[in-house]
Amino acid sequence: MKNKVYILLIAVVILIFSFNASASDNEIHLDQANTDINDKKSLRRGAKLFMNYCSGCHSIQFMRYNRIGKDLNIADAEIEKHFILGNEKIGETITSAMSVTDANQWFGISPDLSLVSRSKGVDWIYSYLHGFYKDNSRIFGVNNHILKNVSMPDVLWKLKQDKSNKKFDQDIRDITNFLDYVGEPAKLVRFNLGIKVLGFLLILFIFSYLLKIEYWKDIKYGKWRAKH
Amino acid sequence: MNNNKNWIDQRFPLTKVWNEHLAEYYTPRNFNFWYFFGSLAMLVLVIQIVTGIFLTMHFKPDAIHAFASVEYIMRDVNWGWLIRYLHSTGASAFFVVIYLHIHRSLLYGSYKTPRELIWILGMVLYIALMAEAFMGYVLPWGQMSYWGAQVIISLFGSVPIFGPDILTFILGDYAVGDPVLNRFFSLHVIALPLILVILVFLHIVALHTVGSNNPDGIEIKKIKNKEGIPKDGVPFHPYYSVKDIVGVVVFLMIFSAVVFFAPAMNGYFLESSNFIEANPLQTPNHIAPLWYLTPFYSILRAIPPMFGSQFPGVVGMFASLLILIALPWLDRSKVKSIRYRSWPYKIALGIFVISFIILGYLGMQPVTPINALLARVFTFTYFGFFILMPWFTSIGKTKSLPIRVTE
Repeated sequence: MKNKVYILLIAVVILIFSFNASASDNEIHLDQANTDINDKKSLRRGAKLFMNYCSGCHSIQFMRYNRIGKDLNIADAEIEKHFILGNEKIGETITSAMSVTDANQWFGISPDLSLVSRSKGVDWIYSYLHGFYKDNSRIFGVNNHILKNVSMPDVLWKLKQDKSNKKFDQDIRDITNFLDYVGEPAKLVRFNLGIKVLGFLLILFIFSYLLKIEYWKDIKYGKWRAKH
Repeated sequence: MNNNKNWIDQRFPLTKVWNEHLAEYYTPRNFNFWYFFGSLAMLVLVIQIVTGIFLTMHFKPDAIHAFASVEYIMRDVNWGWLIRYLHSTGASAFFVVIYLHIHRSLLYGSYKTPRELIWILGMVLYIALMAEAFMGYVLPWGQMSYWGAQVIISLFGSVPIFGPDILTFILGDYAVGDPVLNRFFSLHVIALPLILVILVFLHIVALHTVGSNNPDGIEIKKIKNKEGIPKDGVPFHPYYSVKDIVGVVVFLMIFSAVVFFAPAMNGYFLESSNFIEANPLQTPNHIAPLWYLTPFYSILRAIPPMFGSQFPGVVGMFASLLILIALPWLDRSKVKSIRYRSWPYKIALGIFVISFIILGYLGMQPVTPINALLARVFTFTYFGFFILMPWFTSIGKTKSLPIRVTE
């Protein structure tokens, strides 16, 4: 009876709290990004796309060039050739080519994207990049379903035009995947490490439990006596 | 070895302390699941202090650098991400453990005579822990840190007459800014941890003076053998030390699963809007404290402003905490444990627990007419538990107590 009450209570609590804490913030429907952070090829493609299409205006100020190289297995020489467009050093963080004054004049603020995957989520990025549609009332002729009246132009329009739907979708998925990695580089290692830690704890559990059983036999059979 | 021991014992009561608190501290033999959480709370305290020391080495308590320094810890400091996740998960784990620990006390009447002082020290600890957690949450200087601080600190401004002066005194400025971050850092890393450690010490000394309660709520010290040892007692060490190790390992498995697989816990342990740097010019649509503070936040919001002042809500919130301290004197029952209590107490405790959980849920949600109404209803049942306690603990038939503890 008592246990049933607790099981019911726990079930209700889990049900209540299984809704995302910030669910009330976004009532817009988001498509599933279905990215896989362990897909290094996708991350590398995403990095390249980001550098070519996004980094002109958006910084990822908490990310360093050579950290990307190290994590995604890209050689330093290649990073310097394809990723560094100005004369930054390889250990520097990735700032955008556009100055803040210029940005303010042209668009308003173009936000730093280091943590966009953490504040908005991957599904949001994926849906946003897919969300552009033609709207002649806007200055760049496009609007966005996810972020109404955004001042960003549809920078990927050329890709959308040149590629098949499937390939274009993959491009967006790759950029989203890359931004997910940028938001939390530790994500590449923490799952694997977690499995090892849990494995260790499981073994420790077996031994600690056997130890407890062994000691408590004294009490079960009344063998325990005060020392004096 | 023995010589060394003697050398120390002549100068410091090492063996005496070891015996009194571990090897010859007699603990009831019938502890169940609910008795793991005291030692787990100590474990989490140690985790928080150790990880906190390392975070303090790299964190910059400065409104301009704080947010970036947290990201620096997450990316550039070796194992910084792990240390930070241990600390952020540890904060929530602390409250999970503490809430279960307090629930144990309510189940088995551990706050009743002769353990009132343990309960009072525990409640002061709980309040100090909430202050510690709140101030720690402000430090990363994200949007929720900033606006959470704004909401909570402004409560003090609602005090009649002195409010505005108190507010300026706390802020060290006229708005939340660098001075708040600096003083919260100081309080979070020195003042409150010191208070917490001292209170934990006192809590345990008080416990070891009267001895532990147990699921039957009877005093094992009443029946002793020839040597003066309680017949139902076993030495804490090794019996409960080996048992607590099992609890620690199981706890660490759950804890690690969160740290490694879901450190943000779907926004409950690390809120997504806190990954946006604090911006005093942009108020988030929805401001809510982390889950462990939301029951009280709900009570705050549930009480309507009176005479154009938010002060009644603030009074209600603090009263909801302080009333807990009176519990040992509100409970008139002759028995301690729920196993032998009359049915009115069982129902009242059930309603109280449900009220607390629902208030916690409502505190995270935006205010809607239906939510506001529910929050008021459950604020009533929350306070009702305490106010009606002298009555419902004295009615109904209690079961007769056993002489020795049951298995």
